[in-house]
Order: sequence, then structure tokens, then C-alpha cells
Amino acid sequence: MIRIENLVKSFGAKRAVDGVSFNVERGEVLGFLGPNGAGKSTTMRMITGFMPPTAGKVTVGGHDVVESPLEAKRLIGYLPENAASYPDMTVKGFLEFAAELRGLGGSKRKTAVNRVVELCFLDSVLRQSIDTLSKGYKHRTCLAQALIHDPEVLIMDEPTDGLDPNQKHEVRNLIRTLGKNKAIVFSTHILEEVDAACTRAIIIDRGKIVANGTPEELRDMSALAGAVTLSAHGATAEKLSSVGRVEDLGGAFRIFPHDKSRSPELAREVVELVAREGWKVEGMYSERGELDEVFRRITLPDTVKR
Amino acid sequence: MRIIWTIAKRELNAYFASPVAYVFLVIFLLLTGFFTFTAGNFFERGEASLAAFFGWHPWLYLVLVPAVGMRVWAEERRSGTMELLLTMPVATWQVIVAKFLASWVFLALALALTFPAIITVNVLGDPDNGIIAAGYVGSLLLAGAYLAVSCMTSAMTRNQVVAFILAVVVCLFLILAGFNPVTDLLTRWASPQVVDTVAAFSVVTHFDAFQRGVIDSRDLLFFLSVIGFALFATGVIIRGHRAG
Repeated sequence: MIRIENLVKSFGAKRAVDGVSFNVERGEVLGFLGPNGAGKSTTMRMITGFMPPTAGKVTVGGHDVVESPLEAKRLIGYLPENAASYPDMTVKGFLEFAAELRGLGGSKRKTAVNRVVELCFLDSVLRQSIDTLSKGYKHRTCLAQALIHDPEVLIMDEPTDGLDPNQKHEVRNLIRTLGKNKAIVFSTHILEEVDAACTRAIIIDRGKIVANGTPEELRDMSALAGAVTLSAHGATAEKLSSVGRVEDLGGAFRIFPHDKSRSPELAREVVELVAREGWKVEGMYSERGELDEVFRRITLPDTVKR
Repeated sequence: MRIIWTIAKRELNAYFASPVAYVFLVIFLLLTGFFTFTAGNFFERGEASLAAFFGWHPWLYLVLVPAVGMRVWAEERRSGTMELLLTMPVATWQVIVAKFLASWVFLALALALTFPAIITVNVLGDPDNGIIAAGYVGSLLLAGAYLAVSCMTSAMTRNQVVAFILAVVVCLFLILAGFNPVTDLLTRWASPQVVDTVAAFSVVTHFDAFQRGVIDSRDLLFFLSVIGFALFATGVIIRGHRAG
């Protein structure tokens, strides 16, 4: 649904987005990760047609965003950063306004508004003006606006920013449900959201894509992935080093496989060693790798890396 | 067309959703009343016309119209709703025109509320109502020209105060180019052609004809060109802002 080829955006001498390419198909939920100022919002603004790219091409549903903007924009629902909306309007008025701009009139408008009100749990604040709402409700009102025409493509800039944990949970569930028959891109810097909602994630840093894969694949990039942590009475680093590289955590040992492809066997080998030596095991688990470790490793400048 | 109507309707509602609209209307009516009857010596003139009323409009609008126009784009940029609006399936020119029309309708409403002035002259004497009608047309066009300039300066910044000041400065230039003390000053060292050219850019020169009851196509064209040019410039500024 979304095809992005070699997208570049320069602000003066600074290249905010520098040669980004990726595709998103129907049924995919793409998490867009990166530190602040990495170019996430700028990329999304180019997909939605708010900013023209300096170079490169964006097509949405086969329509070039620059050449046929109206056709492309019709397919897109967009939740901008900070969920901007008109504070003087009521929730109902705002949603009706969005529906009319999307070309929905009369009974169609009514059905569309009712549908998103139910989807985003806005029933209780329907007649309240937006500036009297709490941040969570404001956010959901803007999300409802993005969903009003049941778009095939949904672009969301930090959809869970500023929500409480319950609301975050609801929004993630909503994204996952909607993702079954839409193409969704959302940006975040909360890594747990990648596990909670995405089918694929892209990490972007200083305008360039530095990682692209399923959450599992990204986690496998972690140095920790495949390691075994063991705390056992009697265990020594010397003995353990026969199965892998050992790190002493003080009271526990972390064993890394010599060769990453052998990680599935590592746990068995450790168990066999424990049985042979007669150590009393207090705890043992396989590490899955941590996304935030991967994220830090590939987005921090070299000088800051540990 | 339907999209322009949708956006214009929202803009108009936004004026009346806040006290700004009512405050503006009251101040506008108080000031027109003051200038016409007190500063304009309406009664002492001893003539059945609204010359005292219309004569002040270029100066009155200088402050009041930028106050209406300053928020049109600046507010939209500050709150981030511009991003929302321009990623809807609408063309930028439609939004520009809709926003301008909504504010113009609001100014037209303010102007319409000065109708007691017409009643007053008709009760006191026997004025030429054709001249008065032409005066209203001219006044509305004058307000439109100032408003288009205010929309343009509003698109330049996210700060409403800056937009207001810029609009006042540009509109002041549009007045002064044809203001008698300034043209007198110019004639001392410039050729009459230069003075006429400069004066041709002034709203005062073109507004005068309307006050005399003459609706000349050249004056009409002047105001419509100022509006057209300023709105076109607004489009260029917005495109430049989006291109970064």
C-alpha cells in the first residue's frame, strides 16, 4: 500500500531524512522507532503529503503523493504529533467537520461519526468542547478523526504519547485490531509497543534506516540474545567456560555461546554440566535479548557507547 | 465548493464560539459611532450624507481588520491544526479562500450592523441613498483588501502579535501612498507621474470614488487585485513553509 523510495528531506544544510526506502502492505503494522530528531515525524509528514520531499518518491495505494495528492490523501488517516484539534469545537462538531472534509454527508456522516465514537470510547464527552477534555480524551478525539473514513492506510505520530497505562493498552489493542486489514505506520520511542502491536519495526537514526525486521529479528541482534544466566551453588566461571564465554554478574553467571548459531544447544549443555558437577541450581533462564539494548547500541554515537 | 463552505462555516463558528467576535463587534460599533458623530462633526456638517462616516474607514480598519485577520493562519500554525487541515483531501487554495471568505463575511456583518447610521441620515434629511450604497460597497472592498493582507502576514508567523503588526504596517503603506500630506511632500521633489503612480497604489485614492457614489471598474479591479495578489502570496508563503 505504501511505497517509499529513496526519500530525502533537507532543511537548509541539514538532511533530516536521508535516503529512506521501505514498503508497507495491507495487514502490516510497522513500528517506526528512533531517538528524538531522527526524522520520524518528517518522514510521516512526507507520506501524508504535508511536506513535499526534497528527493525521492512516496506512493500510497498507487498514487504519487506529490503528483496526485488528493487521491493519495483520501486513502490516508493521519494522527499528527501532539494530536492537534480545534479547542473551541465540541467532539461531535469536530468529528462531523472531519467527515464533511472527507466527503461524507447526511446519513453517511452520521454512521461514520457513530462508528468512531464507539471505537474510541468517546460517547461520554460527545457534546463537550475539546479544550475541556483531558489529554487522553483529546488524543482519542484526534484518533477518531483519523479513522472517520475507515482509511486503508493509517499514519500515526506517537499515538500513545501522554496517555496513562490503561489508555496505552487500549490504543495498542486498537492498533493491533485495525492492523488486520489496513496498512499502519506508527512512530514511538516506547520499545515495549513494538512487541505489543507491531508486525515489523524500522529503526531510524539521523535520517537513515539502521534496522528493519520483525521484533524477533531485532531482538536477535542483541548481544544478550541466546545467552543463559545461571545462578547455582558451587558453580565456577572456570568450569562454565568449557561451554561458552562467561561473564560474572556477582552471584550469578551469564554464559554466551561461542557461536551465535549454536545458542539453542547452549542451555542443554549448561544443564548437562550442572548435572555432572552436582551444583544446586537456584535459578536459570535463557535470555531473549532486549530491544532497548539493540536500540541503544545502534542509535548511540560511537563515542557514547560503552 | 462544498469543501470551501465546510471550512468557512467552521471558521465563522470559531469566531462566535469565543468572546472575541462580540468584543470586536462592540468596539467596532463604538468607534464608528465616535468617529462619525464626534470626531467627524456629523451634525455640524449640515449635510445629509455619510461622508463623515465613510471618511474614517481606512483609518478605523487599519487597526480593526488586522485584529480579525491575525489569527487566521498564525493560530492554525501554532496549535498544529494546519497539519491536520492540509493533510485532508483538500487543495491548499480551497482552504485559503474559505478562511478569507469566512473572515470577510464576519466583517460584512460588522459593517451591516452600522445600519442605524443610514436610518439617522434618512430621518434627519434626504440623502442620496445610491451614494450611501456605493460607499458600503467600497467600504466592504476596502475591508477585504486589508483582510487579505492580514491573512498573508498571518501565514508568515505563528505569533499573532507579529502578524498584527506586519499587517498594520503594510496597510498603513497602502493608505499613506495616497494620503494628501504624503503626496504633497512627494510633489516637491518627484515628477507628477511618479506621484500619480505611487498614489495609484493607495486604497484612499480608490476608496474616494466610492464615497462620491461612483463605482468605477478600475477601482473595483484595484481592490480585487489586491485581494487576489495577497491570497496568492499567502499560498506561496504556506508552500514555502511546508517545503521547509
